[in-house]
Amino acid sequence: MDLYRDNILDHFRNPRNYGTLAGSATRVSQNNPSCGDSITINIDLSQKGKIRAVSFTGTGCAVSMASASMLTEFIKGKTSTEVLALQKEDVERLLGLKLTLARIKCALLPLETIHQALHK
Amino acid sequence: MLFKPSKIASDFPVLQRKIKGKRIVYLDSTASSLKPQSVIQETVRYYEECPVNIFRGVYTLSEEATEGYENSRGKVAEFIGCPNSAEVVFTRNATESLNLIAQTVGRTLPAHSNIVSTVMEHHANIVPWQVISGEKKIPLRFIDIDNEGRLKLDDLEKKIDKNTAILTFTFISNVLGTINPVKEIIARVKKINKNTVIVIDAAQAVPHLKLSVMDLGCDFLVFSAHKMLGPTGVGVLWGKAELLKKMPPYQTGGEMIREVQLEKTVYNEPPYKFEAGTPDIAGVLGLAKAVEYLENIGMGKIREHEKELTVYALGKLQKLSAIEIYGPKEATERGGVIAFNLKGIHPHDVAQILNNDNICIRSGHHCAMPLHHRLEINSSCRASFYLYNDESDVDALLQGLENTAKFFLRKWC
Ligand SMILES: Cc1ncc(COP(=O)(O)O)c(C=O)c1O
Repeated sequence: MDLYRDNILDHFRNPRNYGTLAGSATRVSQNNPSCGDSITINIDLSQKGKIRAVSFTGTGCAVSMASASMLTEFIKGKTSTEVLALQKEDVERLLGLKLTLARIKCALLPLETIHQALHK
Repeated sequence: MLFKPSKIASDFPVLQRKIKGKRIVYLDSTASSLKPQSVIQETVRYYEECPVNIFRGVYTLSEEATEGYENSRGKVAEFIGCPNSAEVVFTRNATESLNLIAQTVGRTLPAHSNIVSTVMEHHANIVPWQVISGEKKIPLRFIDIDNEGRLKLDDLEKKIDKNTAILTFTFISNVLGTINPVKEIIARVKKINKNTVIVIDAAQAVPHLKLSVMDLGCDFLVFSAHKMLGPTGVGVLWGKAELLKKMPPYQTGGEMIREVQLEKTVYNEPPYKFEAGTPDIAGVLGLAKAVEYLENIGMGKIREHEKELTVYALGKLQKLSAIEIYGPKEATERGGVIAFNLKGIHPHDVAQILNNDNICIRSGHHCAMPLHHRLEINSSCRASFYLYNDESDVDALLQGLENTAKFFLRKWC
């Protein structure tokens, strides 16, 4: 099945950056009631606005969990401005997938939550 | 007649279809049933032979259409054990039937009333009542369920009182499969308050078992044609004649009037009072054919068949340790619906993998979010059975679930 490429399965089975962050990290939770995905993002920004540490917890389908895992890996060390500029196409590129209507919400929930955390 | 699902399946054109070269395993009849050739043919016949409006023409075509439409009403009435076909109102679906009751009976409730429902309802039997509760500032209470997903009958005495104007609940849960003891519930409620109007959401019951509105003793009963082999676009509202008579109209316009002057209108009698505008005539004709089809097989046999399949499926599914099944354990207490979760795998992923083999199950909250909250889960998978399913479909589901578990977890625990 195309949707579940090896990289997605790998990130789903062994999520990177899964867990909480100690200290003064910003924490934002979001959910997607229609499919029951929920995610919490923890972000620690440096003085200069760089992402020093980021982690997530949550439950959801393979696509949403893999998306969270890949995104958290991808944004570490980037500036908040760079991360805020990320869009749907960037998530598709990371996942290596063209998102179908049915799965778009799952895949974008982590990015939306990260954006919300950076706006805090 | 011998009950042979494979023979029945041959009456359903879509089941002859192959996708990616494989047969279709349809396990989502709770959402909508498949349609047999006779029903499809009837809607085509209408469009080919007498595709005209009803009640309006004196010409032969219109008379034929009108007669067909009214015969359908009679057939549906008989099917649900109602001797007076004027008590059968055609709507768009069960949802509209419930909205109709809420917007007429609900809207005219006296102050100090309250409305009671249950936590296992489909959104269609919650939201219309929330609207009324909000507008009229009257309480909306919910009967709880026990650990096996049965209504807590003790809750009836706690939630229902002298001011309970409406009790509305589902005959069969579209998630848990629970068959509620409708007669017992009505008897207990009537002891507390004999004036409480009883609304039964029979969207999952009428397609699957023999029922009689006279025997149940309810005041209203609603269902949808598309879940009982009929076309989409038609629903039924059955209501006691004396209640229908007292109710204000729901929508207004053509067909539902007796006389219109520019200043005022005299409404038609029920059921016409509630059927404003041109209805889905082809759909209503198709529904009568669906009823005919079900009656030819026999509702008793259909129920027995679904029960046997459910016992078979529950027995197999329960052996999987990675599975959590919701609802009553006894098949006698449930319809052919099984909601479950594979631990650690999201229902969307399960459904997606099953789709590789054309196994159609539902994933999500099945329009019952409050129930999922009550079960402390976000979503679930749901497989449901109807007369065209057999053990090979259950076996396919089992195989699909094992594949899914292997695929995501790499071990079958
Ligand atoms: C118990 C129950 N009530 C009401 C409905 C609503 O039916 P419809 O969408 O046909 O109006 C459904 C359909 O899923 C149902 O299962």
